[in-house]
Amino acid sequence: MTRPAPLSPEAFQQELGARVERSWQSFGMAVLELRAENLLPTVNALRDKFDFTLFLDVTGVDYPERSPRFDLVYHFYSPRHNQRVRLKLAVAGQQPTVPTLTGLYGSARYMEREVHDMYGIGFEGNADLRPILLYEGFVGHPLRKDYPIEREQPMVPYRDA
Amino acid sequence: MALMDYMTTRKDELVGWIRKFSLFPYPFVTACCGMEFMAVSSTLYDTDRFGAALPRFTPRQSDLLMVVGTISHKEAPVLKKVYDQMCEPKWVMAFGACATSGGFYRNYGVLQGIDRVIPVDIYVPGCPPRPETVIDAIMMLQDRIAGDHHPILPAESRGREPAHGNKVFPIYPVVDGVPPSET
Repeated sequence: MTRPAPLSPEAFQQELGARVERSWQSFGMAVLELRAENLLPTVNALRDKFDFTLFLDVTGVDYPERSPRFDLVYHFYSPRHNQRVRLKLAVAGQQPTVPTLTGLYGSARYMEREVHDMYGIGFEGNADLRPILLYEGFVGHPLRKDYPIEREQPMVPYRDA
Repeated sequence: MALMDYMTTRKDELVGWIRKFSLFPYPFVTACCGMEFMAVSSTLYDTDRFGAALPRFTPRQSDLLMVVGTISHKEAPVLKKVYDQMCEPKWVMAFGACATSGGFYRNYGVLQGIDRVIPVDIYVPGCPPRPETVIDAIMMLQDRIAGDHHPILPAESRGREPAHGNKVFPIYPVVDGVPPSET
């Protein structure tokens, strides 16, 4: 069996067209930059046309001095092409929202919960955004740069020292 | 006739001697220090020589709580509950830098030392501690147990707390909150 040819950023660009703002190659991985409203159709096409059947991760990046403030970074893997792809989208606002991927990948439920914990980014359509790594009653989003590093939110009252 | 038919000693010395050689540890292992705990408890270093080799797998049967690894704020209620389940007398060892002080973690999630939640008797430094350090700590704890006051009789336990500040629960029957000798 011959391996399918490696996917270049141009191949993605050709298939996805104007939905991708910018694309480039980074350490052998195609990176696609897009706007939040194009997320769902793009991921749908990646999954169905290029066999990116495995949702690896979603995480956030906080640039406090920048506007839009947050980046969301998605990674997908295609077992057929043995290749990964990275999607980057900038989201603006203090409580930004993006559409959920739970309709396409079941595993998105937990990963989006984690991003919601850490960055306070909402995922429209994900019905269960309870804390997953944090706990009920935790105030704030600890991976935002403006979260004070010394702030502790203990669950057990401290002993009198 | 045997050379020695009887011996005299102080009760605290006798009880301390017994207790120091029958430490049943409960390993509360949460992180990489657990590897070092395995090393120290297995053949080469062999904590069995100190009577502290038999890990109990329930806190209710153990008297030494070894907190091995990082404790997060989310985990602190579990640790507190485990500690509360242990019967007196009980001792706590903070094993490694993280249990002692939070180690190099200074963030939203990590408890900065388990002594903020439960009283600690002995701190073992190191990341992770060398087995020799742990053995040294066990021996220091044993010395301390040997020299401690061990209230086992009702009259002794009243109004007295051990050095580590744990509440001493009366072992005689209490009727309406009043011990029998006071009725």
